[in-house]
Amino acid sequence: MKTRMQIDPFFCLAVLSTVTVLLFILLPLIEMVVQPSLQDMKETIQDTDVFASIRLSIYTAGLAALISFIIGTPFAWLLARKTFWGKSFVESIIDLPIMIPHPVVGIAILGLAGRNHWFGQIIQNLGIQIMGTVTGIVIVLTFVGLPFYVNTVKTGFEAIPVRLENVSRSLGASGWATFLRVTFPLAWRSMLAGIIMCCARAISEFGAIVIVAYHPMLAPVMIYERFTAYGLKYSQPVAVWLILISLLLFVLLRIVSLPRRKEI
Amino acid sequence: MIKVENLCIELPNFRLQNISLYVQKGEFFIFLGPTGAGKTLLLEAIAGMLPISSGCIKVNEKDITRLPPGRRGIGIMYQDYALFPHLTVLENIKFGLRYQKSKNKQSIQWIESLMEQLGISHIAQRFINNLSGGEKQRTALARALAVRPDLLLLDEPLSALDPCFREGIRNILKRLHRESGITFLMVTHNFTEALSLGTRTAILNNGVIEQIGTVSEIFRRPATPFVAEFVGMKNIFPATFKKTTATVNQIEINLESAPGAEKQYIAIRPEDIIIRNKQFSGNGMNIFQGKISSFTDHGPYCEVSAMVGNTALSAFLSKGELIAMDLAEKKDVYIAIRPSSIHTF
Repeated sequence: MKTRMQIDPFFCLAVLSTVTVLLFILLPLIEMVVQPSLQDMKETIQDTDVFASIRLSIYTAGLAALISFIIGTPFAWLLARKTFWGKSFVESIIDLPIMIPHPVVGIAILGLAGRNHWFGQIIQNLGIQIMGTVTGIVIVLTFVGLPFYVNTVKTGFEAIPVRLENVSRSLGASGWATFLRVTFPLAWRSMLAGIIMCCARAISEFGAIVIVAYHPMLAPVMIYERFTAYGLKYSQPVAVWLILISLLLFVLLRIVSLPRRKEI
Repeated sequence: MIKVENLCIELPNFRLQNISLYVQKGEFFIFLGPTGAGKTLLLEAIAGMLPISSGCIKVNEKDITRLPPGRRGIGIMYQDYALFPHLTVLENIKFGLRYQKSKNKQSIQWIESLMEQLGISHIAQRFINNLSGGEKQRTALARALAVRPDLLLLDEPLSALDPCFREGIRNILKRLHRESGITFLMVTHNFTEALSLGTRTAILNNGVIEQIGTVSEIFRRPATPFVAEFVGMKNIFPATFKKTTATVNQIEINLESAPGAEKQYIAIRPEDIIIRNKQFSGNGMNIFQGKISSFTDHGPYCEVSAMVGNTALSAFLSKGELIAMDLAEKKDVYIAIRPSSIHTF
C-alpha cells in the first residue's frame, strides 16, 4: 500500500498559478483562432491586400533578423567574452529599445531622418527614404528586434567554455578560424533562437510602424485598419493567418535546430 | 628554452608577482602549489591567453610576449580537457594540423602512432560526450601533442582522474615526455606527482614563487615554512641558534653543523623521527623523553604525535612497530632525532 504524502500548500499554490497563467494566455488566443469560419479564412487569404501585407510582414521581419545576425553576432561575442570599462552601460543601452514605448521609437527615428535634420538631409541626398518605405519598416523592426537577438546569442556564447576557444588558439587557429570552427558550430542553435526571437518581436511591432510607415501596409497595421473600419469580425481572420504562418515558420526553424542524436 | 622574466598579472582580486624562471629544453618542470595559488593563471599567461601587466616571456631567446597564442608553439592541456564536443576524437586530434607547416604525411603518421601509444585508436570516430574520463584525457593529450609544440603546458592532468587510473596516465606522460623530446610544464597541487614526474619544480603560493629547485632539493631542503609544510615536513619550529645548538621552546637540539646567521627555523620530516618505548642510546643523537598524545591512522602507516615538554612532534611509524612496542596514548616514550636529519632555514 502506498503511504500518502502530506500535501504541501505551497506546491498547490504553484500548480494553481501555473493553470491560471496558461489559461490567461491560451483562452483569448484559442477563442480568436476558432472564431472565423473556414469560409472567412479562405476569402481573407484570397484578398491580395491581406496576402501582400502578411508577406511584407514576414519579409521585413526576416530582413531585420538578418541584419541583427550580421551586426549583432560579433557584438554579442564581445559582450560574452570580454570585460571592459563601461560594459554594464553598454549592456543597458542594448536593452533600451525594449523599454521605450513603441510610438516613441517611431518618433525618434523619424526625428533623425526628417528633412530638418542634417542626418536626414544626408541620407535623403543618398536617395534613402525612411518615411513610408520598406527601408523605413526594416530600420524600425531592426531597432526593436536587435536587443532580443543580441541578448539570446550573448547567453549562448557565455554557455561555451572560453577554454575551448583558448585551446583552439593554442593549436594555431586565428581568432577568425576559432570562431568559425569552434564557437559558431557550438553557438548556431542559440543564433537561430535569437533569430526567432528577433523575428517574433519584429512581426508583432505596431506602434512604431504606424508612425514611420502606415503604407506599405504590414499585417498588424492591416489588422488594426480592418478593426477600426469594419469591426472585430473582419480583423480576426487576418490575425489568425498571421499567427498560423508565423507559428509554422518558427516550428520549422526549431525542428532544424534540434540536436542531432550522436552529439548528445 | 623558455624564460619568464618578472612576469606580473593584475586581476581585480588576484595578483601574480615577479615570476621569473627558466626551463631547459626537454625538462619536465612542475609548478607546485595549493589551490588558488595562481598556477592555472600562470599557464594561461605563458600560453598567451591572458594579458600580462609587465615582464616578458622568451622562447629560445625570442621574445614572444606579444605574439598571439597560435604562433608561440606552446600547447595547453586543461584539467577539464576542453575537448570540442561537436567533433569526433579523431577530428579533435587533427584540429591543429592545418595550421602546421610540416609535411602532412609525417603528421598523419605521428598522430597514428600517438593514438596507438595512448590506446585510443579504436575510439577515433566517437563523439566526446560518450567518452570516459580517462579516454577524454588521452584524447586531449593526443590533440595537444599532435601539432608538436615546443612546450606543452599541462594543467592538473591527473587530479580529475580516478586514483586507480592515475598511475597508468603518469607512466604514459613520463614515456611521451621522454620519447617526444617536448618540454613539459605541468601544474599540480600533489607533491607525489611532482616527485615521480618532475625534474625541477617551482613552489607557488599566493601569486609568488617561494622556491625553485630540483624536486629532491625542495623535498630535502625547503627554503620557507610554507614550502616545508607543503612537502610534508610537519615538524617546523621557529628556533634560536647558538653554534651547533638550536633552541625550540627551551628544548636544546644538537645540529650537525653551525647554521648561517640568517636561519630562523628548523624542520624535521616525520619519518626521520624515531620513537622507542625503552631508554636507548644512540651516539650523537638527540634523545628526549616525551608522552604520546594522539594517533592518526593513514592506512599503511600511522602518524604519532608526542609531546616533549609543550612541543608537539609528529612521527610516522609502521603498524608493525606500533604493535611491537605496544604504544598507546599517554604512554611515556623516548624520541630520537639524528642531527643530520634536522633541516635549518
